[in-house]
Amino acid sequence: MDRPLRLISRDSIAESPIDSLARTLEGLLVVASQPLTVEQLADATEDDVERIETALGLLAERYREGRSGIVLERVAGGYAFRAARVAAEACSRLFERPVERGLSQAALETLAIVAYTGPVSRPEIARIRGVAADSTVASLVERGLIAEAGREAGPGGAVRYRATPLFERVFALDSLAELPRLDDLGADAEELRERLLEVAGARAS
Amino acid sequence: MASAVRDLELDLDAFEGPFDLLLTLVLKEQLEPAEIDIAAIVVAFVEHLTATDRIDLDACGEFLVLVAALLEIKARQLFPDEGAELAELEPEEAAEELARRLAEYRRMKEAAGWLRERLAEERDRYFRLGPAPLAPRAERRLAAQDPTLLAAALAGLAEPPPKVSLSHMALRFPPVAQFLERFRAVLRRRSVFDFDGEVAGLSRVEQAVAFLALLELRKSGEVALAQAAPFAPIRVTRPEKERIPQWTVRSA
Repeated sequence: MDRPLRLISRDSIAESPIDSLARTLEGLLVVASQPLTVEQLADATEDDVERIETALGLLAERYREGRSGIVLERVAGGYAFRAARVAAEACSRLFERPVERGLSQAALETLAIVAYTGPVSRPEIARIRGVAADSTVASLVERGLIAEAGREAGPGGAVRYRATPLFERVFALDSLAELPRLDDLGADAEELRERLLEVAGARAS
Repeated sequence: MASAVRDLELDLDAFEGPFDLLLTLVLKEQLEPAEIDIAAIVVAFVEHLTATDRIDLDACGEFLVLVAALLEIKARQLFPDEGAELAELEPEEAAEELARRLAEYRRMKEAAGWLRERLAEERDRYFRLGPAPLAPRAERRLAAQDPTLLAAALAGLAEPPPKVSLSHMALRFPPVAQFLERFRAVLRRRSVFDFDGEVAGLSRVEQAVAFLALLELRKSGEVALAQAAPFAPIRVTRPEKERIPQWTVRSA
């Protein structure tokens, strides 16, 4: 039982350099509380990006759903370990999910606006939603899903917000570019107007 | 049937209860109009309408009046500056603008729906959460160093810097004492003299020193000074002993 873990095969006689690099990456990833980018891994190991990617490939094969309790995933622009889905139920009994627990409809709408149109200010969010956004924005900042990102141009410009890497991680996105296109969601203005007119016509007749 | 509107049950983010109570709270300013989702009220009313077979025109009329008032209160609060901008629009343009905004909001609502679904799908992904790790500051790597070069650099620093010449800064002026003696001598000969006349022809610096000497003499009570007007010639006299206190009081 106390055989050392081998990434490729127990029988490989001389450990290849890439195998050793993979072990180092494994160590870095287990310590990290956030996804690590290939560049960060390359800096830490003083190795080159190409070799890091090869070693990550080895790790991804080793740490995948169905094979390991730990899964290596590409998320939020980097690589991170997470628990395998088989462990989710047990995890749920032991661990809290403070970031996404109890997100209201208002919070999700605000989050969508910030993720899609960010950096965006509170007045702009209020304009789109038609409801003041102050408390919702504050709660999302507290959860760490959005963060301040500069101010609007001009003196006294309102603070603008953008979605954080934690947002990408919680929603399992490699980057915000992975969000579905807005055109694919919902009706466009023309369609909506026609429907408004239809409803008005039906009421009138 | 008018009460159908006032009793309309609402379940909003900011408020739960009958429409009547909502209006009361808004009018009493106990509820922020900005926090009320008016579209949801309209939806609730429309649902209420579809649940009944026939349309109650009285109820519809009352609802329209009430919800329009509510909308106006909210709009004024949310967009104090936009009133003028929207008022300038033609009705058709306003409808267009409204449709555009509704579409924008609708897309965001759909996006929120997608996020909610995504959250449900990813519910069983557990991962370690923590504050941003302290990024280890990359150590600055230096090229191979030669100790003798370092010593040479230090030796350069250790050498005393060359003396800077201050000769050009020296101001040459006579000591105050020289003028003290000079004025005392004048006063021994004459009972009164003009300061300006006495220093005429001296350099600016010398005149300044002479003036300091004059002040010294005045301080020690050896002279009395008089000047008819600002910038008028200063008259210097021997002091009359009994007049000194008076002079002092006046100058104080």
